[in-house]
Amino acid sequence: MSAPGASRVSSWRAGLLLVQRDLRLAMRRPGEWLQPLIFFLVVTTLFPLATDPQMSRLRDMAPAALWVAALLSSLLALELLFREDGQDGSLEQLAVSGLPLAWLLLAKCCVHWLLTGLPLVLVAPLVATALGAPYAAIPGVLGALLVGSVTLSLIGAVGAGLTLGLRRGGVLLALLVLPLAVPVLIFGARATALAIALEPMAAPMYLLAAIAVLSATLAPLAAAAAVRISLE
Amino acid sequence: MMTSTMRLLEADQLHLWRGELQVLRGLSFSLDAGRCLQVTGRNGAGKTSLLRVLARLLPLESGIVSWRGSDTSKDTFAYHSELAWLGHATALKGDLTARENLLYSAGLRRAITPDAMNAALAAVGYAHSDGHLVRQMSAGQQRRVALARVLLLDSVLWLLDEPTVNLDAGGQEMFGGMLQAHLERGGLAVVATHQTLPLPASRLQALELA
Repeated sequence: MSAPGASRVSSWRAGLLLVQRDLRLAMRRPGEWLQPLIFFLVVTTLFPLATDPQMSRLRDMAPAALWVAALLSSLLALELLFREDGQDGSLEQLAVSGLPLAWLLLAKCCVHWLLTGLPLVLVAPLVATALGAPYAAIPGVLGALLVGSVTLSLIGAVGAGLTLGLRRGGVLLALLVLPLAVPVLIFGARATALAIALEPMAAPMYLLAAIAVLSATLAPLAAAAAVRISLE
Repeated sequence: MMTSTMRLLEADQLHLWRGELQVLRGLSFSLDAGRCLQVTGRNGAGKTSLLRVLARLLPLESGIVSWRGSDTSKDTFAYHSELAWLGHATALKGDLTARENLLYSAGLRRAITPDAMNAALAAVGYAHSDGHLVRQMSAGQQRRVALARVLLLDSVLWLLDEPTVNLDAGGQEMFGGMLQAHLERGGLAVVATHQTLPLPASRLQALELA
């Protein structure tokens, strides 16, 4: 038995290992993680079909369609965040690992965003163009979705932690997370609308970024507290 | 100083309620280095609750669990870093191999060399090739991999909840040997099991929950 502290792994390395583990697991069963992306694509392609296919009208609706679809698809993905780790005892092991749980959960959120948020951002240019956004608006649309999707993953982690022990936590999860996600929706859609109208979008982007920074600092701590309560 | 090195783990007047039911009523015990506390009791007597309390997964109503003489609620990180916990759930990922599982769980806490990994897997009698995913293994083999993680964590205190579930006769014997070696190196263990532990009386301390 080595002395306590000998050959201990740094928190940074522990986080990286956890990221690596979750990525490897996701690669072995890609179906789970493709669902939110497919949902996003289906909703945004159905929108033009259900409305008057005039470019000008589509363009007016594009921000709403993009952001509602992004929000719902991130909610859909949230249940995957901690559910399996909670059931198989992995979260318990993380909670007694002697490492800061908030940090480990932040690592899990990063992977979750890489798998469910980033794909949305990557297909957004295609979707935005299909909805009639001019090419010059694409960087703005991308930027807003990038910041917004990170925030949604972080905020969602708190709800996912709280509903961990519930068998059918999906609806409750949506009810818990939606009120917190509404500001992201409002400023995100506003920024996207300004981008599509080719107007300066700095003001809503600043607010969006402020919410992102706030959730990056507070959400992991809240999620860790929520997970500890759920493990009791 | 004398007491803090002798009595590593101490529980003082533990009270725990689960809903309407009082599970622990003023339970006290202390455990020295090199000794094992075997927790027994009928189903529902609170064996799992006690272990979860000791792991600080469950909060206490009142009472103190102290480690090396200091309250574990004060410095939980230091306490947890000397703790190996194995509950009902094995915390193994079905889509990873045994080695990957150990690397990504025990490896979060200490650097693991391939030699240490091989030694731990050999010690628990792991009998699959490297490419095998955990979900393709029998429950007994999965349990052995989970026990290999306990070995790899190299902790002073083991908290094991029904560690021999699903193990065959050979596996139970293996666990007995593993536990004895741990105690001989000065480790401590709290084990909830009804299996007779093959330990000398000087190392064994019994606790029956009513």
